[in-house]
Amino acid sequence: MTADIVAWILLVAVAAYACGGGVDYGAGFWDLFAGGAERGRRPRWLIDHAMEPVWEVNNVWLIFILILMWTGFPVFFETVFSAMWLPLALAAVGLVLRGAGFALRKPTRRLAQRRIYGAVFAVSSLLTPFFLGAAVGGVASGRVTTDTTASADAWANTTSVITGLLTVAATAFLGAVYLTADARRFAAQDLVGYFRLRVWGSLVGIAVLALIGLAVTHKHTSYVYHGLTHGIGLVLVLVAVVVALVTAWLVAGRHTGWARFTSVGSVALVIAAWGFAQRPYLVPTSLTVRQAAGSARPLQWLLVVTIIAVVLVGPALVVLYRLDTSGKLVPLTDADVEGDPSRPGTSPS
Amino acid sequence: MNTAAVLLASDPAQVLPARQLMAFTLGSHIILVPLGVALPFITLVMHYRGLRKNDPVALLLARRWSAVMAVQFAVGIVTGTVLTFEFGLLWPKMMGRWGDVFGLGFGVEAWAFFLEAILIAIYLYGWRRLKPWTHFWLATPLPFAAVMGAFGIISANSWMNTPRGFALDAAGKPESIDVQAAVFTPMFGPEYWHFVVAMFLTAGYVVAGVYAVGWLRGRRDRYHKLGFCVPFTVAAILTPVQFFLGDNIARQLVHKQPVKFAAAEIVWKTGTHVPEYMYGRLQSDGSIKGGLKIPGLDSILAGFSLNTQVTGLTSVPASDRPTPAEATLVHWTFDTMALIGSVLILLALWYGWCWLRHRDLPKSRWFFGCAAIAGVASVVTVECGWITTEVGRQPWIVYQYMRVSDAVTPTKAASLWTMFGIVVVVYVLVFGSFLAVVLKMSRRWRLADSGLGRPQDEGPESDTPYGPRPEPAVVGPGSTAPPSGPDSGQAPGGAE
Repeated sequence: MTADIVAWILLVAVAAYACGGGVDYGAGFWDLFAGGAERGRRPRWLIDHAMEPVWEVNNVWLIFILILMWTGFPVFFETVFSAMWLPLALAAVGLVLRGAGFALRKPTRRLAQRRIYGAVFAVSSLLTPFFLGAAVGGVASGRVTTDTTASADAWANTTSVITGLLTVAATAFLGAVYLTADARRFAAQDLVGYFRLRVWGSLVGIAVLALIGLAVTHKHTSYVYHGLTHGIGLVLVLVAVVVALVTAWLVAGRHTGWARFTSVGSVALVIAAWGFAQRPYLVPTSLTVRQAAGSARPLQWLLVVTIIAVVLVGPALVVLYRLDTSGKLVPLTDADVEGDPSRPGTSPS
Repeated sequence: MNTAAVLLASDPAQVLPARQLMAFTLGSHIILVPLGVALPFITLVMHYRGLRKNDPVALLLARRWSAVMAVQFAVGIVTGTVLTFEFGLLWPKMMGRWGDVFGLGFGVEAWAFFLEAILIAIYLYGWRRLKPWTHFWLATPLPFAAVMGAFGIISANSWMNTPRGFALDAAGKPESIDVQAAVFTPMFGPEYWHFVVAMFLTAGYVVAGVYAVGWLRGRRDRYHKLGFCVPFTVAAILTPVQFFLGDNIARQLVHKQPVKFAAAEIVWKTGTHVPEYMYGRLQSDGSIKGGLKIPGLDSILAGFSLNTQVTGLTSVPASDRPTPAEATLVHWTFDTMALIGSVLILLALWYGWCWLRHRDLPKSRWFFGCAAIAGVASVVTVECGWITTEVGRQPWIVYQYMRVSDAVTPTKAASLWTMFGIVVVVYVLVFGSFLAVVLKMSRRWRLADSGLGRPQDEGPESDTPYGPRPEPAVVGPGSTAPPSGPDSGQAPGGAE
């Protein structure tokens, strides 16, 4: 029972990371395709501003997921990291490059250096979610057992690749929706249209990839495939599709702020559908939640820790997002750190 | 030794690259940890002073430290995430077997770290639009969150050193887990306090060292004095505390991990009247080459008496203890840590003496020279401490329950070596760029302070074209000369 609850918490954390981290990766995706330094100046400015205060927080979800995995389901953690070694190793390298590229670009002035840091950030924003998605796809496809090692290349198959690509497309979708809303918030009308187009584009991309996915994975009807096309899994997927279409409609109008919620909702629904489809397995079809669960006492304590986390982190997270969306969080400018003489009380005198 | 060599040779080929990769990434990450844990605290002290006394110089320092913190925290997050991945990429069998026993500490660390990331984002980006005191108070939980995060990590590490809180069933699987016992293991207390104080002390010396360099270069103004005094005072107060804690943890080792203590002091045979060696190399036959021998001192240090019995390395089979080479490494890092710690005590006393007598900084250039070196030296002690505890535990990953070679991933050694190569290249680039960016920021501030304006290499994106800026009149590039010149005596003579 406790194990089931922890498994659902794990799924919620995955959904949170897919949404929070996804927005972030998506912003990087559009940074990559924003064109040259001159053409991409305005979109990149918006991307920087929209990402800055929250990107680190969004990425902490990932650490939370890993810890839930190894404390709640040690064997599951061991299995995933042994079988999916290569994509996860590449994702780890991608995470470093991405974070460092973004953080170092901001205080850098020379255009050539900014280009390098920016390119590193943007390319790894694309590769990291791809490899994470491919690892998930590999596990979901049912090719992994507790004995699978890295040399089995369990991730190198069409299901994994399609899942990886779908993940990238979903991040692009989330990123574009948030950037559309941000463009309106910062009163940058031209960018509203710019990113709105990209919302629609990424939705088309997702649809095409999903259709290809249906076609190519149909042959090896895996457990998860069956779950996603029948019963509650199917219902959730259909609702997700509707919500995504609502998002596309919302960004066309003036209620772009609401589009954030619907876009996140659609991605979370897909994750939920995956969770329902995979029940009761963590690794279909060889490792169930019960089999993988760690000892009872630590699991109960894990619930306690999670409740404390919700109580402490929840309000702080709300404060952060509220301050951010109300425009209270802005970076220090050069004048602030150089002792601006025009602002009495803050200048060194 | 021969048996040890045979055993080493029979280790899976993955062990060496996995250990090297773990050591390299951890050794790199830990350089950023003191600043990550303690820089918010030091900045808040400065921030408080600035608000309380309405001191613009203190506020400027706090803002500049925030700007550095923003970059440092980001690099720290990503290198820390890599370590989390490596538990699975390198040691999946340890996590698979023991994850539920000792993972809970990490659970605490996760939410503490989460809180820290949120609060730091609010702090770093709140300077301009939040009310000054609101901004300050929102950040005050930061040091607590940081110390809580360290709790989780050290809980896990001390469990690996003195594993408790479980029983093994017939199949060797841990069962009937006692969570409290697994979190608060015997080595937890000594290790935790030693670590936390080390972090604050190191951050203090590192930040103060930057301003000591400025002082030596002749920038002797209030800006540099303040930038030096606040972090240095924090560090100087903690140095004697740390001396006591360091001595305490060593004595705890004598009882709780005697073989690790034997490695740290290269004690070969169990006995009394054990001599203390300053450095020196342990040979495979148990003899010691080089080093300074002080008869009987080790027994005295371990138990305040010549008759104290000290356990030697040979008390356990060669396969269950560090190799002579590993023991020598542990011994050298242990001695270096103790040596630097002792010298830092003298430096702190020098500072305290001058402050009590003259209410002023020491005049001597030697003092500032030493203070500048203290920053680097304290980072070296952090590395040494970490090597002592990690290598001293070898060949165990979970002390006396699981060997490193039994925990390693089944992934091919060639893959691990490739990953190692990539990671080294990436880390060298990232840390190099990090250093370059911080130095560049410092240079820019120095130029701005000396009234020369900004350097001319700014890109087109350096100034926000439009956007959420409250103040319409932001001084443009090239016109940032402060009202007072560099020789007015009051103007800040330079940045970091």
